[in-house]
Amino acid sequence: MRDLSVKNVEMVYEVPNGSNVHALSNVSFDLAAGRLLTLLGPSGCGKTTLLNILAGFLAPTGGQVTLGNDIITGPGQERGMVFQQGALFEWLSVEKNIAFGPNMNGADKAQTKARVDELLDIVGLGGFGDKQIYELSGGMQQRVALARCLANDPDVILMDEPLGALDALTREKMQKLILELWQETGKTVILVTHSVEEALYLGDRLFVMAPRPGRIERDYDLPFAEKGLHTDTREMKASPEFIEKREEVLSLIWEMEEEIMGRTEGV
Amino acid sequence: MSDAGMGARAGGVSGAIDGMDAAAEYALPASKAKKSPNKDRKTVTFGDSSAVRSDTRWSVIAFIGLILLWWVSTKPWGLDEAFKAADLSDAERITVCNQSEECGRDSYSQLAGPLTFPSIRDTWNAMGTLATEGFRGPTLWEHMRASLWRVVRGMFWGMVVGIPVGFAMGLSNKARGFFDTIVELFRPIPPFALIPLFILIFGIGDGTARNLLIFASIWIMIIAARSGVGAASLSKVRAAYSLGASKRQVLQKVLLPNALPELFTGIRVALGVSWGTLVAAELVGTREGLGAMIFAARPFFRLDVVVAGVIVIAVLGVFMDMLLRILEARLIPWRGKG
Repeated sequence: MRDLSVKNVEMVYEVPNGSNVHALSNVSFDLAAGRLLTLLGPSGCGKTTLLNILAGFLAPTGGQVTLGNDIITGPGQERGMVFQQGALFEWLSVEKNIAFGPNMNGADKAQTKARVDELLDIVGLGGFGDKQIYELSGGMQQRVALARCLANDPDVILMDEPLGALDALTREKMQKLILELWQETGKTVILVTHSVEEALYLGDRLFVMAPRPGRIERDYDLPFAEKGLHTDTREMKASPEFIEKREEVLSLIWEMEEEIMGRTEGV
Repeated sequence: MSDAGMGARAGGVSGAIDGMDAAAEYALPASKAKKSPNKDRKTVTFGDSSAVRSDTRWSVIAFIGLILLWWVSTKPWGLDEAFKAADLSDAERITVCNQSEECGRDSYSQLAGPLTFPSIRDTWNAMGTLATEGFRGPTLWEHMRASLWRVVRGMFWGMVVGIPVGFAMGLSNKARGFFDTIVELFRPIPPFALIPLFILIFGIGDGTARNLLIFASIWIMIIAARSGVGAASLSKVRAAYSLGASKRQVLQKVLLPNALPELFTGIRVALGVSWGTLVAAELVGTREGLGAMIFAARPFFRLDVVVAGVIVIAVLGVFMDMLLRILEARLIPWRGKG
């Protein structure tokens, strides 16, 4: 397991009319291995851009990202990605989707099979291996996406609004699953979300990001993820300290929104 | 995906898997709705195209109507029994009748005369003769085989050349720029317009027909392959790369299977166009082929042979499209789902 280090990352998009969009400005942080970081912020704050830079899909215009001693220059197996939806391969069965990574690397067939069965059980899809992707519900598809990501045994799991397309009940179940997986595997997880509650509940660390230019506004260490593993989710989300934190973060985001609105009105 | 309903049911059950029985739940009313469209309790149906289904009864009525129209309009009425008994075609019979004193000219009437449209009986007989003896040479089967083989060969080369070109256009700026010019210039040209040129280049006969069919399908396959590459979502491609796939593996294991639905649509369109181009392509001096058969019959006013040929072409076209649909459902079961 390796620590992730982000140093002075800048991301500037050039717009055809000559002006620049500052998607990320001087973003720096260190993330110890095994932590669960959630990224929260209003749209345009660069949280998805940051995630894509960490995944290696985008090259930052300045600064660098290192995992352990390696500088990140492109996508790699040590950083798995879970997308919101539609990233599964419909032409493959559940089993073959999960085995995609190992198969690409020419892994031993019998070993892969055993690993896939194990992963199916871990994500609660035991016995669904030979089902087709389109036969599964949205929640089940995200379970497959998680298992597929885990099959390569990455150091870091990046999630881009993985539960964004799910209904409320499924979403709650999946949140619990993510916490359990995090606990069991001890992997570093970075999760982008739009939901304040989800960010607080899942994040063992939380960045609230601000737009124009995209930056980390506030850095929280949170106790809820650790607690959530042992206590009832509903109860914890109703606890006074959770509500207090939620209101704090919400008002922070509302301020940003109002600032944006004010600025656009000024223009 | 709809797992809202079942969520409530499965909520609390430990390790309950969401959604699986939701599918079963939804399958039931859907199959019921198929039997009786009004049972789905929709109040707004006019304008809701999903509520419109092909009513088989009306399809049968249309078919019977066509046959009746044909029968009525080509039926010679009032011919003498003597002329009916003879082993003659309707056309011959009426010619004989016209030359005969005993058969008054006013005694028969027809909407479409035998020189305008053949009767069902004549066409049926022509079909029989074509199948066993053939008309001026090859039998119907030989014509059919020649036509089908010609179309299959044209489609094959259209695919072999078109799909890689389309993929290159979907993957590289240079290839896109280079082939865009060629494809956009050549695609709108109707294959028929090239017949004179093709005859000069490839000579009269099979060469021209074959190349005309390749020309008909190649542009369609290029465009289908190009849009097939474009259909791959960025997240799928990115997911494959971060799972450790190489460029080659992304092409083989992600882009190619992901393009199958578009490729299939391309094949179906290309087959339709090729089949339509076939008759004209076979006009240019091929000896075998359904088009050649039709044009061989025309100078002799064997309209029964012409119509028999047309019917065979229509039925084969429908049959091939059905075959492709079945194949599509087998090969691309995920299409339009999820």
